[in-house]
Amino acid sequence: MFSQRTIFNKLMKTKMPTSLIKTPARAFSGGFYNHRSAEDNVEETPFEFTEENYKEIKRILNKFPENYKQSGIIHLCFLAQKQNNNFLTLSAMNKVAKILEVPPISVYEVTSFYTMFNREPVGKYHLQVCATTPCMLRGAYDIMDTIKEKTGIKHLMETSKDGLFTLQEVECLGACANAPMMQVNNEWFYEDLTPENTALLLERMRQGEGFEPGPQIPERKNAEGPQGRTTLTNVEHVFHERDFKAAKEEWEAAKAEQAAKQ
Amino acid sequence: MFTQLLRRNRKLFTAPVRYFRPTQTLNNKFDIFVDGKPITVDSSYTIFQACHEAGVTIPRFCYHERLAVAGNCRMCLVEVEGAPKPVASCAMNVMPNMKVNTKSETTKVARGGVLEFLLANHPLDCPICDQGGECDLQDISQVYGYQESRFNEYKRAVEDKYLGPIIRTVMNRCIHCTRCIRFTEQVAGEHTLGTTGRGNYTEIGTYVEALVTNELSANAVDLCPVGALTHLPYTFVARPWELKSVYSIDVLDGMGSAIEVNYRGGELMRILPRVHEEINLEWISDKTRHAFDGLKKQRLSFPILKTPGGDIKELKWEEAMDIMRDQFDQVSGDEIAGFVGKLADLESTLAFRDLLHRLGCEHVESSSIAPKLNANLRSEYLFNSTIPGVEDADYVLMVGSNIRTEAPLLCSRIRSRVDEHGLEVGIVGYAPNLKHRYSHHGTTTDTLKEIADGSHPAFEKLREAKRPMVIVSSHALSRDDGEAILNNIKAIAESTNVINHEERWNGMNVLHNDIGRVGALDLGIQPYSGKDNIKNKKLVYLLAADEFREEDIPEDAFVIYQGHNGDKGANFADLVLPGSSYLEKHGSYVNMDGRTQIGRKAVTAPALAREDWTILRALSEELGAPLPYDSIEELRSRMSDLAPHLIKYDALESSGFEDLVVKNKRGSSEMNGTTFEDPIDNFYMTDSISRNSQVMARCSKEFNPKKFTNFKEPDIDFAGR
Repeated sequence: MFSQRTIFNKLMKTKMPTSLIKTPARAFSGGFYNHRSAEDNVEETPFEFTEENYKEIKRILNKFPENYKQSGIIHLCFLAQKQNNNFLTLSAMNKVAKILEVPPISVYEVTSFYTMFNREPVGKYHLQVCATTPCMLRGAYDIMDTIKEKTGIKHLMETSKDGLFTLQEVECLGACANAPMMQVNNEWFYEDLTPENTALLLERMRQGEGFEPGPQIPERKNAEGPQGRTTLTNVEHVFHERDFKAAKEEWEAAKAEQAAKQ
Repeated sequence: MFTQLLRRNRKLFTAPVRYFRPTQTLNNKFDIFVDGKPITVDSSYTIFQACHEAGVTIPRFCYHERLAVAGNCRMCLVEVEGAPKPVASCAMNVMPNMKVNTKSETTKVARGGVLEFLLANHPLDCPICDQGGECDLQDISQVYGYQESRFNEYKRAVEDKYLGPIIRTVMNRCIHCTRCIRFTEQVAGEHTLGTTGRGNYTEIGTYVEALVTNELSANAVDLCPVGALTHLPYTFVARPWELKSVYSIDVLDGMGSAIEVNYRGGELMRILPRVHEEINLEWISDKTRHAFDGLKKQRLSFPILKTPGGDIKELKWEEAMDIMRDQFDQVSGDEIAGFVGKLADLESTLAFRDLLHRLGCEHVESSSIAPKLNANLRSEYLFNSTIPGVEDADYVLMVGSNIRTEAPLLCSRIRSRVDEHGLEVGIVGYAPNLKHRYSHHGTTTDTLKEIADGSHPAFEKLREAKRPMVIVSSHALSRDDGEAILNNIKAIAESTNVINHEERWNGMNVLHNDIGRVGALDLGIQPYSGKDNIKNKKLVYLLAADEFREEDIPEDAFVIYQGHNGDKGANFADLVLPGSSYLEKHGSYVNMDGRTQIGRKAVTAPALAREDWTILRALSEELGAPLPYDSIEELRSRMSDLAPHLIKYDALESSGFEDLVVKNKRGSSEMNGTTFEDPIDNFYMTDSISRNSQVMARCSKEFNPKKFTNFKEPDIDFAGR
């Protein structure tokens, strides 16, 4: 009586609430979980750590036992990414695998797991806007809209045409007191953002001028509230100091005494 | 060539051990309670193992007895009294007086919940899934799952990966049990598969374009509890409930792996591994599994006569017998020569030998490319320390061998010993990519000479070790100086601990590539004795013998070939008799460590092809020298008169006389100083069956260009800084 198509449509109408039909996939960093060859990202793309970074790698690897070199995967990949304009190429991952003497897939597993590794090229300024609850309530989406408007970016993980900005939504970065905030290039926090000062910030970035990380409104000092510091005002020594040498001597003396008793 | 080999050796891959080691048995026993019943278990047990011992079934996906524990499918959740949440039983050790409840409401709800999550993204394509009917997820969700779904959202989609011509992937179906990853890493030694992405976007794959190139790869498909990995050659071929099965053994390498042959009607459908702890555990190589489609191509199904004009003519059996009678009548017994090939079973070899002896012919030999081993003493030609003996060895020296292609399953055993217990391996000869640490001593026979003299450091290793193994490839012994190589190995055995009476250890091993060789030697069939002895032969009978050089057979001789696949022998012969393959006849085979096993008939041979020993029996009648057996039982009884161990199935008999073997050196010990070449050029094509197989042809095409480049070796330039 009904064609299969009609039955299917009927089923779709009755069974599936319209609100659930559109469930767009959330774009994580990179957005893909298999390697996509691109002009600037093939196996043969040259990658070599700088001399300073080799020193740094040596310092990092000293922390781990010789047979647990693989513990350095995250450190080394982050180093490689920083060196390469926040872009972790396949050849960089292979290089890390060679240095750590692990199969390349071990490195791919780690880098595709963590969203902070950019396996696609990003702009000069990688804008990571926090949109977790406190920032969202304080207007993170307004900030994102401003960025989109000012840079011409249409959706997340897109790079602007001038190659300067890439917008990404990230999870909580732990600066909720000064929400909303964004992190740039995995390094600098810009807090207390408003659409106005975000636009200013973007303009200064575009000009290549200096700009100060931290709270972007003049009234704020660190994470203090409008009344200034309200707690721990009369504490002089925040850090407790302990004389370990004396404590050790004391403990050894007690031990010797006990031994003498027996 | 030499520098290339050296470089390859220098860049050996040091595989990190990424998985748990088995818990040490503490020999500390106590009681735990499974569903209220007490059971005494060892403290090394997990809850899963304890429940298994108590006879309680726990559903599981990721846990597998032969792989490391992953604990990520959560299907084996059980309630443990006192624990705040259900615990994953496969990953938790037992503790004294632990009370495990596998039938409680909590356990049931936990299982149902896990299944709901697993099925949330699992497509409902069972009707078009090759795993349908033998799917763990189907079975478990039938028993432990809820009857209907509460899931209204769209399911996720994952792109399919191309892993080579053996494995087909439908990654939508994957439930991320990671069994395939653990198998390729821990058993096959290849680090190509991994989990990429996170959360809902997790995928199993290779990230970059890479093939799974190891020789055991198809076992990962067997391990897959769902239809994510299926056999590519078996795609949409059959359903498990249509298949009948027969337990048989494999003949394509020297191990004699235990297999289950599935067939539908008269057609072979697939080959699966069977568990045999002392041979193949529960794996088989890709060749064993997929080469059988060579039995459907290029078959000899009629007796064929090559006419002088070069044409070929199909015959009836009667005509073939007449021709053979004429030919045999024209020659005397001295002018006949018989050659036994590498796929011949014991029964046909014995009938062949008896027939030719009755005709007065004493020239029954192995075909000309075969190891130069003497049939007189059994421990000369066996893999004496046996296959599970690898686990007892403390030093391994391989001579002229690429164990990865010669016996992939033995290679896997050695690899796990190297990775987990630090077994030392030394290699003389071709330096293969074995995916484990080994030291390469040299490529030529000179190195072997040095070791035999005692002037090489490897000699000290052999002397210090208590149970050292020397593995020499049968390919190395097939060389012209094969006897000299064997003599040098005997010299090594004489002056080291290779034969250690205190430990009851015999470490002198011949790695046979061919299943027929040990059986033939057991039946007293000697190796090829040289061209001079065959010059005057007028009639040459090849029993499934494809491995010979054409110049080894006199030009004017009439050549009869009896076998099952059109290959070198059939091409060369004047008269071809259609025999049966290992899946089409009952036959016994002796594997390389001297274990006799029975291969059983699964399907009937095509057209006029007959079981090999019956052809010889009929021929004997025709020639007026009837063989004294009419059934296979009588034939086997005759076999037991010659060698009683040949009818003791699946048993190892100690062969003894090691000292005599070592002292008894034949010929000169002067080797010709050349390099040992890679014994097997192409793993996927080694015999008349696999050379005719389409799947194996596809494998050779896909894997050979990338043969060993897929596995990237570490660069050592950083170490130099």
